[in-house]
Amino acid sequence: MGAAAWLICAFPLAGFVVLLAAGRRLGEPRAGWLATAAMAGSFVSAAAVFAGLMSRDPVDRRFVVTLFEWVPAGDFSVDAGLLVDPLSVTMALFVTGVGALIHLYAIGYMHGDRDFSKFFIYLNLFAFSMLVLVLGDNLALTFLGWEGVGVCSYLLISFWFTEEANATAGKKAFVTNRVGDWGFMLAMFWAFGALGSVRYLDLFGHAGSLSSSTATAIVVLLFVGAAGKSAQLPLYIWLPDAMAGPTPVSALIHAATMVTAGVYLMVRVNPLIAAADAWAPDMIAWVGVATALFAAGAAMAQNDIKKVLAYSTISQLGYMMLAVGTGAYVAAIFHMVTHAFFKALLFLGSGSVIHALDGDQDMRRYGALRAAMPITSITFIVGWLAIAGVPPFAGFWSKDEILAYAFDANPALWLVGLVTAVLTAFYMSRLVFMTFYGEARFGDEQHPHEPSPLMTAPLVALAGAAVVAGVMNLPFTKDLHFLGTWLKPSLFGNEAHLEIGGGVLWLLALVAVVGAAAGIAGAVAVYLRGRLPVSMVERPAAARAFYVDEAVTRFVGGPGRRAFDLVAAFDSKVVDGAVDGVGRSVRAGGTALRRVQSGFVRFYALLTAVGAVALLVWFLSRASL
Amino acid sequence: MDLSGLTTGWYLALAAALFIIGAVGLLVRRNPLVMFMCVELMLNAVNVTFVALGAGLNDVGGQVAVFFVLVVAATEVVIGLALVVAINRRRAGATADDVSMLKG
Amino acid sequence: MAEAVFAVAAVLMLAGAIGVVASRNPVHAALFLVQTLIGVALLFILNDAHFLAAVQVVVYAGAIVILFLFVIMLLGVDKAEELRVEPIFGQRPLAAVVGAALAAVLGTVILTTADVLSGIRQSGGERALDGEATDIERMGRVLFGEFAFAVEITAALLTIAVVGAVVLTRRAARSDGAPAGSGSG
Repeated sequence: MGAAAWLICAFPLAGFVVLLAAGRRLGEPRAGWLATAAMAGSFVSAAAVFAGLMSRDPVDRRFVVTLFEWVPAGDFSVDAGLLVDPLSVTMALFVTGVGALIHLYAIGYMHGDRDFSKFFIYLNLFAFSMLVLVLGDNLALTFLGWEGVGVCSYLLISFWFTEEANATAGKKAFVTNRVGDWGFMLAMFWAFGALGSVRYLDLFGHAGSLSSSTATAIVVLLFVGAAGKSAQLPLYIWLPDAMAGPTPVSALIHAATMVTAGVYLMVRVNPLIAAADAWAPDMIAWVGVATALFAAGAAMAQNDIKKVLAYSTISQLGYMMLAVGTGAYVAAIFHMVTHAFFKALLFLGSGSVIHALDGDQDMRRYGALRAAMPITSITFIVGWLAIAGVPPFAGFWSKDEILAYAFDANPALWLVGLVTAVLTAFYMSRLVFMTFYGEARFGDEQHPHEPSPLMTAPLVALAGAAVVAGVMNLPFTKDLHFLGTWLKPSLFGNEAHLEIGGGVLWLLALVAVVGAAAGIAGAVAVYLRGRLPVSMVERPAAARAFYVDEAVTRFVGGPGRRAFDLVAAFDSKVVDGAVDGVGRSVRAGGTALRRVQSGFVRFYALLTAVGAVALLVWFLSRASL
Repeated sequence: MDLSGLTTGWYLALAAALFIIGAVGLLVRRNPLVMFMCVELMLNAVNVTFVALGAGLNDVGGQVAVFFVLVVAATEVVIGLALVVAINRRRAGATADDVSMLKG
Repeated sequence: MAEAVFAVAAVLMLAGAIGVVASRNPVHAALFLVQTLIGVALLFILNDAHFLAAVQVVVYAGAIVILFLFVIMLLGVDKAEELRVEPIFGQRPLAAVVGAALAAVLGTVILTTADVLSGIRQSGGERALDGEATDIERMGRVLFGEFAFAVEITAALLTIAVVGAVVLTRRAARSDGAPAGSGSG
């Protein structure tokens, strides 16, 4: 049972190593099947660990599997250990499950690509890094996985690197994530400085003894890291560009798994958030909800189908951060899991469409694909209803729970979240109507068709999950709170408790449903009936994502660049000057001292005698003491 | 120091005087042969202390040490004089100060 | 009696030593060295180290000083050295200071330690000097027993010294007949 825990990580690592050594020789499609089998094996191991945990007493559902001592450095010791508890196992389950489906899909999607086997090398390495991130029992090991997924993200975004734009997008993701990593590292150092350990269980055990200002600083710095990885304002700018990568990558990394790592990290350190000043979680909630609204607004006016989904992902991640900030950790994880299902589904569906239309991603040249692609369109519509918040699809339940906690914490948060939900319903309906309804706007020479079963099977599986995933945590009675009960040992009682009663909850749910319906109705009016001109809703400012990217570019290119030049000048003048100065002074000292080396052997003998006398005097002074 | 009778201290004082004369001679003389002789003076001063202390301790170890010093002194003279011969072959009448090309 | 012998030996040694340092002619210096070495041999006899005294006279006064004289004659460097000039600036004052400092330090050590050997364990057994054996027998037992390995090493050292001296002074005959530099050794 404990043995299976390391198998979760070992399967993708083995897949990576084998593919690295023999990927080209295996070729297409065996390399893909091998990678998929590794992920499936990992999923089975995760399921075995899950079953093992289930069979235990709830209070015993946490143990550490220490593999070896990774960094032994004086007082600082880091083990390569896996922390197996309900939270990490939940993450491992959906990462491996969704990952395996996307691997399967990628076998079909990457068909004929020159670097078919290389793609799966990266995918397996990504899965390994993600699982290390999730299962690591200390901040340092999580950071290793954190950087690993960052590297894989970079490699996969710029997978088709012969095009300048793709390579630039990869660099942008990498550099932007560095800003977040800076926060993560400082938080790690600070935690070590304050508590002398970076192991989660040590941190949690002593979180109460931290001063609230220290805990706040660590939480805020970790949130900087989380904001980078989970694409929160203002560090979101890399995610829309990250769509340059192949679509399975967008589905796996930039929707389902990697971008949720920040949310996972914040949930993981919930005892630290509990020990922090109250403004820290408030800030997280406000940043989250602001990101949600902002990204939803930007998604309204995108024409690239993957850009819509990218902004949608940012928006949903904002919801999860809102949940973290309001203490609704279960809701955050719940939404993370359902979002993984329906967003992966939507991305894979968009991949099918792009595949069918020879790589065209502009929705203005789509339309009426419902007839040509029945399976894709039906599964896509399931995903659409799930994200729009239509009951009984999965997204409704998780989003409703987040909004309930938000209302309980601060009605203003709830109001922004509700507006975001309406916008979400609207832009997702817009996407569906522009793609699958209306009249065909693609060229006559194109004949869209359903992709191979390799690609439709994951769609169907994910659609099924998107329909039923809500049963994980139904709000009606306590007995139906499966996820909440299950995650309890990982939350140490830091979960917020709803003050509002059943009647208000029903009312809130009703408002949310009405909002979703209003959003869909609005989209019907604009895009199917043509009651309003499209230019009324698709504002140029929204299409440019409210000029945040431009502002960042201008800032970094202007004052930022001057500041960096200043730092570089400091480095070359002061730091290098100090280094050169040491060398120069040694040389000057040598030049002065070489006159002592006169060549006269009698003078050397004299110096030796002086030294001998000095030694004798020293001995004598010690002896008489 | 016990001045009554012929104690070890007298031997040590004599050896110290011999050693200092040899050391100063090594520092002031320029003829390499005489410099070697001064080294021999210093070695003999040490030999005197060995034998005197060995007698005081009732131990033959002091005499054994002198034996080894004798052997080392012999080899030192052999090599040293060979060097003197070799240098003089290059440059007749060279003193220690004339061989000072190796300098900083 | 012993005090008288010590006094005579001390005068011989110190006078000889000063003679070595002060005589301008190296031949004279070598002869003064013999005087000092004989003084040392006297001290050895005074301490019942008869074997060492004999070796001192034979090896030092005999072999080594003769070697010195040979080299002096061989090289013709018996020219008097001008002792009144000192080419290295400050060498003599500094040498005097160092000598005085050495005298001060060593004098302090000898004077302040009441009796350097009081309270130190006296040797016994084979190494004890007051046994029945003669001093040559004692040395022989210790040298070829306890110090056998060191004696072997000494033999190697002597061999190496002889070889080294030959290499250093050899005149390698070149094919063109010109004498090779001594540095080629």
